[in-house]
Amino acid sequence: MLVGVLALQGDWREHKLLLEKLGAAVLPVRRSQELDQVDALVIPGGESTTMSNLAKSFGLFPALREFVKHKPTLGTCAGLIMLSDKVQGAAEGQEFVGGLDIESSRNAYGGQSYSFEADVEISGESERVALIRAPRILAVGKAEVIASLNGEPVAVRQGNLFGATFHPEITGGTKLHSLFLASIS
Amino acid sequence: MSDKSNATPLVKSGLAEMLKGGVIMDVVTAEQARIAEDAGAVAVMALERVPADIRAQGGVARMSDPDLIDQIIKTVSIPVMAKARIGHFVEAQILESLEVDYIDESEVLSPADYVNHIDKWGFKTPFVCGATNLGEALRRITEGASMIRSKGEAGTGDVSEATKHIRTILSEVRALAAKNDDELYVAAKELQAPYQLVKQVAHTGKLPVVLFVAGGVATPADAAMMMQLGADGVFVGSGIFKSGNPAARAAAIVKATTFYDDPKVIAEVSRGLGEAMVGINVNDLPAPHRLSERGW
Repeated sequence: MLVGVLALQGDWREHKLLLEKLGAAVLPVRRSQELDQVDALVIPGGESTTMSNLAKSFGLFPALREFVKHKPTLGTCAGLIMLSDKVQGAAEGQEFVGGLDIESSRNAYGGQSYSFEADVEISGESERVALIRAPRILAVGKAEVIASLNGEPVAVRQGNLFGATFHPEITGGTKLHSLFLASIS
Repeated sequence: MSDKSNATPLVKSGLAEMLKGGVIMDVVTAEQARIAEDAGAVAVMALERVPADIRAQGGVARMSDPDLIDQIIKTVSIPVMAKARIGHFVEAQILESLEVDYIDESEVLSPADYVNHIDKWGFKTPFVCGATNLGEALRRITEGASMIRSKGEAGTGDVSEATKHIRTILSEVRALAAKNDDELYVAAKELQAPYQLVKQVAHTGKLPVVLFVAGGVATPADAAMMMQLGADGVFVGSGIFKSGNPAARAAAIVKATTFYDDPKVIAEVSRGLGEAMVGINVNDLPAPHRLSERGW
């Protein structure tokens, strides 16, 4: 089993370290040939406009959209935005991969002054996470809420697809990545 | 919410983590900010004059007009940074009240204090600071910087100083990592940095914050070289909007930063970009005009 980490931009190395700590073999993915080799994919935190721009320039969107239909994918923060079917506050012409039946809103808490750490409930257990210029999940559609903060959804799952507004890769919490790896058979 | 905490060191350095592998571009108008965002910049640096113009026009360079910063914040969805003068904590307070995402305590502006840098722990907004060597980087981190960039020599289009700084910082980190614990006391003395921080760098083999390169990057090849040397990302100042075709050059530098280890991609994106900024050789600059010698 080989897990890809989309390495166009962002904190993909932190995801790689966390996945390796949990025993997974990891391949950074920047090209569709690399995407073909992996069994699952993580889309990291970063700037969604930059990732979208690079994915478009290098013709990755068709392969990514096909990938998420069949294979497990996890997106954190910018990665969650990339996986959302509907996005509020998108930059002009910004494209997304989609796949998760949710509506998200970019930078919904505000700028960096409103970034914060908090304890969230993931599958009933508490974990400290960081929300950095984070998106909010406005509507969950067919997705199931797997983590919440004061009653508001901050992570969702829909079949093989996982998305979180926070960064376990920054705080080092392993719950979300463990759930994700368990879903890969 | 009782368990929620803002502006922790993790939250402040966390934003820099998100910028990794990206390009931060100097912009002087809202229109330039839009071009930068469209080209794939991870953040923009809002300022009134790019370093090349500060150099050409001379005079005291200060924080930008709040109106300009507001307009740029309204125009783009990516993070907006702005510069305060070294030691000018009131300019930093103003930038914090404008809710910029990062403050650059920058040698590109005229220093306001030739002894002290800003005490950055007192701010909720994270700071990035320039450094020419490891000791300087660690002193800035001690003062509360959440991100470090090389100083390079801004406004020249000559990448040689940036090369020198990133090589110096990273080779000093490697040298520390090779030392025995009982050698770290003297290392701390020589670096003029706190022992605990020196020990942390020696044990982890890396800086505790993200390290970008700045100062003289003008081409996709420059950006890729900085990434191959070990930078986490790149600031491009005058190099984009002082060139013949800013939109194309900006997009090319973004692509070269992501595919920094793939010469075919770098060659492809380097085609047909038009004139690069004219540039000044650092060696032709009289010492008093070298910005990298500001700060200590």
